[in-house]
Amino acid sequence: MKKIYFDYAATTPVDREIIEKIKPFMGEKFGNPSSMHSFGQEALFAVDNAREKVAEFLDCNEREVVFTSSATQANNIAILGTLKKIKNPHVITSSFEHKAVLEPLKESGVEATYLPVYKEGVVRVEDLEKAVKENTVLVSLGYVNSEVGTIQPIGEIGTMIKNLNKQRERKIVYHTDAVQAVNYLPCKVNDLGVDILTLSGHKIYGPKGAGVLFVRENTQISPIFYGASQERKLNPGTENVFAIAGLGFALENIGKYNWEKVKKMRDRIIDVVLSDINGAKLNGSREKRIPNNANITFPGTEGESLMIALDTEGVAVSTGSACASKTLSPSGVLLSMGLSHEDAHSSLRISLGRYTTEEEVDYFLEKLPPIVDRLRKIAGK
Amino acid sequence: MSNYYTKETMKRFLEPKYFGEMKGADGVGKVGNPKCGDQMTVYIKVKDGKITDASFQTLGCAAAIATSDVVCEMAIGRNTEEALKITQEEMIKKLEKLPAVKVHCSSLAIEGLKKAIDDYEKRK
Ligand code: FES
Repeated sequence: MKKIYFDYAATTPVDREIIEKIKPFMGEKFGNPSSMHSFGQEALFAVDNAREKVAEFLDCNEREVVFTSSATQANNIAILGTLKKIKNPHVITSSFEHKAVLEPLKESGVEATYLPVYKEGVVRVEDLEKAVKENTVLVSLGYVNSEVGTIQPIGEIGTMIKNLNKQRERKIVYHTDAVQAVNYLPCKVNDLGVDILTLSGHKIYGPKGAGVLFVRENTQISPIFYGASQERKLNPGTENVFAIAGLGFALENIGKYNWEKVKKMRDRIIDVVLSDINGAKLNGSREKRIPNNANITFPGTEGESLMIALDTEGVAVSTGSACASKTLSPSGVLLSMGLSHEDAHSSLRISLGRYTTEEEVDYFLEKLPPIVDRLRKIAGK
Repeated sequence: MSNYYTKETMKRFLEPKYFGEMKGADGVGKVGNPKCGDQMTVYIKVKDGKITDASFQTLGCAAAIATSDVVCEMAIGRNTEEALKITQEEMIKKLEKLPAVKVHCSSLAIEGLKKAIDDYEKRK
């Protein structure tokens, strides 16, 4: 049977060439980068090399690059670390952030404003401007939403915050989780105007187990983990050399790839599905969207059963349905965009990638409509 | 193919035998799952106290569809009192097992059947 992966937003396969390049770090080059002998220095060289590539990609100083084990860990450090020593702080974020931002924020217990994201799934700069208070110390916004793929005006907000900060006693620290943006959008930190940025290796054809936290020099941030002095003391612990090296190579590859082909295939999926399947609708702005994402609601069906039925045909996608979540609650992202529970319940996220082919798209477009029909029949819709 | 569900669950999800609206049903039970927002309708036909036919319409996950199918199959041929005694455990046994987070879907099916029987009793 065919096996088709349309879930690149969840994770990506590791680039084959990268696998070859990092293999030695699971074998003979096993040293600890903190060791001064040749084994250690060899590993340190790989980590430094990756750091250089990150700095080049973000256009920042190597000292500003902190390696973490995941983007979730990086976001935790970003949020809990900046809030740690501050009295009575106020934070601004959006109502459809990733759990890796919302949960640490909740844990911190600080006062927070959640910006609306509207039907398009995009925050508005005016809303943010209005939400700023005297005690606002942190703005944290994802660059691209992971479920609907909509692009947030990160650079525009960066300029606004920079201007505000000129007159402010309490400076606002600006954080963006750029995990879903890195493949497709410019990420130079000075152009974006961000002080802290998060990215992840396994969404960009690198291995799982490595993330990056960029922290601009002189940004007030306190450690939340304690140990030795690796990674500017923000993430003490022996580095995951293999994954970090892979992340570096993955970043080096960004920009070499042209996403036009993927965008065309994605657009074909949206056009065909919306015209051929009764009632199907696209969630989130079509224009302000990364090229690989389609998030579609199929009224009269339930997303988990859709996903499972597609999986039996060999196609892997994901869903915002409550039935597929461990907590049995529907996607908070879709609800915050104003979708009804039913519509969130009936949603699928289709995310394409570098290895997607036209044949795979054809196959998917052939298999999907009869599945929707059948499930609608079973539901009596 | 997904290993999340057993073969038997997948079979019933992909090819349920008892789905569809029943015209002229003697009892209809409509239930909703408060947890995840699913909807299920169970229809029964009763003759001399015995359930002679049952069918369902379900908007829900694969487990909900499979357990709806099981409950209809188990109800047919029983008298209404016996049918009320169908347990979650018996149903799950028919599917070999269900992921823990999906057990509540089987209770929805039982509830649907109970409501259909209630409806039948009321109409009598
Ligand atoms: S019907 Fe929602 S989890 Fe089964």
